[in-house]
Amino acid sequence: MGRLFAIEIIYRGIFQKTLATRISRTIVLAAHQEGKMGISFGRYGDSPERNGIPAKNFAIVATDEQTLQEGMAKYEPKEVDVTIVVDDTLCKGVESWAWYGLQPVNRLLKSGGTLIVTSRETPETIIAMTHRKQTPYNLSILKGTVSFSGLWVYKDDHTDVRILGAIAKILPDLFSLQSVQKAIISEWKSELKAISAANAHERTTSIPVKPNQGNPEVPYHFTLPKWHEMREGISIPSIPAGHEMDDPKTHAEGGFQPDRNPTFLKFSTRTMRPVVNFDTCIKCTLCWLQCPDSCFDVTPEGLYDANMKACCGCGVCEAVCPVKNCVTMVNETEFTDNSSQWESWRKDKHSYKVWLEEKIKNPAERSHGFRYRGQYEEQIPEMLEIASGK
Amino acid sequence: MAVATVIEEQKKRTEETALITGSEAIAVACKLADVDVITAYPIRPYDTVMQYVCKLVANGEMDCEYICAEGEHSQFEIVKHASACGARVFCGSSGVGWMYAMEALTVTPALRIPMIAMVGNRALDDPGAFGVEHNDALAVRDLGWQLVWVDTAQEALDTALIAYRVAEDRRVFLPLAISCDGAFLTHSQALVKIPTQKKVNEFLPPYNRGDLLLHPDNPITVAPQGNEDWVMEIRRQNYAAMERSYQVVKEAYADFERIFGRSYGNPFFEEYMTEDADIVLVGMGTLSIPVKVAIRQMRKEGKRVGFVRMRWFRPFAAEELSKSLQRFSAIGVIDRDYSFGSPYLGGVLAGEVRHALYPGNGKKPPVVGFICGLGGREVTVPNVEQMANAVYNAADGKAQPLTQWIGLRE
Repeated sequence: MGRLFAIEIIYRGIFQKTLATRISRTIVLAAHQEGKMGISFGRYGDSPERNGIPAKNFAIVATDEQTLQEGMAKYEPKEVDVTIVVDDTLCKGVESWAWYGLQPVNRLLKSGGTLIVTSRETPETIIAMTHRKQTPYNLSILKGTVSFSGLWVYKDDHTDVRILGAIAKILPDLFSLQSVQKAIISEWKSELKAISAANAHERTTSIPVKPNQGNPEVPYHFTLPKWHEMREGISIPSIPAGHEMDDPKTHAEGGFQPDRNPTFLKFSTRTMRPVVNFDTCIKCTLCWLQCPDSCFDVTPEGLYDANMKACCGCGVCEAVCPVKNCVTMVNETEFTDNSSQWESWRKDKHSYKVWLEEKIKNPAERSHGFRYRGQYEEQIPEMLEIASGK
Repeated sequence: MAVATVIEEQKKRTEETALITGSEAIAVACKLADVDVITAYPIRPYDTVMQYVCKLVANGEMDCEYICAEGEHSQFEIVKHASACGARVFCGSSGVGWMYAMEALTVTPALRIPMIAMVGNRALDDPGAFGVEHNDALAVRDLGWQLVWVDTAQEALDTALIAYRVAEDRRVFLPLAISCDGAFLTHSQALVKIPTQKKVNEFLPPYNRGDLLLHPDNPITVAPQGNEDWVMEIRRQNYAAMERSYQVVKEAYADFERIFGRSYGNPFFEEYMTEDADIVLVGMGTLSIPVKVAIRQMRKEGKRVGFVRMRWFRPFAAEELSKSLQRFSAIGVIDRDYSFGSPYLGGVLAGEVRHALYPGNGKKPPVVGFICGLGGREVTVPNVEQMANAVYNAADGKAQPLTQWIGLRE
């Protein structure tokens, strides 16, 4: 048997679907420049046509046809040599639309494999977000803002070729930089992209991550029932209606917190989260009314607390809020848990105010889905500057 | 006899007799079963049922929601939803109308809806013939529909009552289609005994959807989308329900006999003159009449031919049938349907009979398939004799095609 390589790309639905496809395709094409065989595919249970929802692509490459079949005999590889995460907020774990619970991004990574993350964060921040693993692996950060685009347009900021250049450095047995450049010229006929790949190749470094280093959270999971344990007639019990909220200070009960699906939380779809200034809230109800995921809990005093287990980070609340800086979308990497902002505010209003101002003082550096014509053109030069290494 | 005496005599009768068609017999069964929701869309020959139900409602003899849908798909969807909400329902169609409802027909067993449908068997289009062919009902044979064929108006009425009893049993909760041959059964009037409401009530308990009831007091979600992690388990549940149906059918026929005093013997198939038979013919539906007549004639010539009429096609009583058929030296299966390109190019029933005989070390008599009576063409007594002769040839080991077209201009 020859050698088998498996690489997965974890990306966000819609925004990065084309990016992920270009990466997994070009991995196979670059390896084929060296006579290797391969396939590129998306995990079928995912729904990459939903905004921001985590999804996966795979590239399976082998030195010969029979070895490739060994890799194809299981639809989703059980272990991979390299995991590529094209948005650093995914490092908090991914929940597929197909209900697999919350999966750590390094779950499939072989012992000694490499996790490549596109980010402007430090390795410490990335490791703190990423779940602990019992075996060691390496982390390589590809410096850059996260490449988000729509489904039908492509933001050609060279993220695709820079990742390919990095793979050639990390896994030289898969393909050389020269093969990557040949594939780039053959696919896109762009000398500039070939140079970006070479720059990334030159600059790629990685640091070791020790066993059990990282996020200590145990990702939530559930056991699928046996056929005779399931209700008949494709029916499931409804989620109960909800209950009152408990004030952490006075223990007065009131307001309303809807009960939510315990096995499909959806928060890993989020790249930014709303931060609420409860002191300036005028209780207009608009955020609560317009939230597509009904994620706002109504507090006993009639304020609206965005529940971080239910929030997908779409930004509608910020867009509809009539009060300046009352709801502000903040990069998800700024946070380490899903705790209630309202509870923190109730416990200590002054500390909350300090915390809030700290969170919102720097403007958002990413887009959460709302965009305007010409936005990509504004963003691309910055990324190309990073790519050129100037 | 004086008129008053006649009236008095009539009053004493516990059971009325009416001269009605097979379709009307089913409509009467709907009335006796106190069906809650009925949807209708016309297509011959099924429309004769909806017309008669309509008349019963208009005359105040029957109380139900009677909804004229804008097509068969909606017709079946409406009753599907009504049944999920706890209503006893009835629906029906024929030929391509049944096909137009196909998407609704696939989701009905998946959601465990005990819908009773009457299929007035009709040839599929084209060429738009009205006459009987069994391919319409057979199109759902793999989907979880229970399928039964009847051959008289009396059997149509009785089977419709049994159908509700079986389908609405909590162990089953699967839809059931009663097939009635177009024209021969749907449009011919016969004398039918109509049981009393009291006895029907004793036989047929109210429909109780239990924990699957779609109601604000029982908040559930029905038919959420599921992926490959769920589908096999869902299919396995339906497999188990159909497996249980076999026993529930037996219980229902036993209770029917106890309450109404009429017996159908083996619920799954009827045997005619098989005790001493050399060879046997197997078929479904109204072709039983010419077959029985032909058998009586052939017996005068010393040919000991028997007949097995399949009632229940799903569930299929494979073990019982194979045990019965192994007694004969050869078997002829008459299909009023086709399955182009199937094994040995045979009809659907021929394939099922061969399948039933295959397992184990038991005797495997030769099986000859006949395609006959398509599109409403009559199956004649000489046709039956021709088939019986072919089966005798098979018993003697003579070479011949395994599938033969009978009654074809050639």
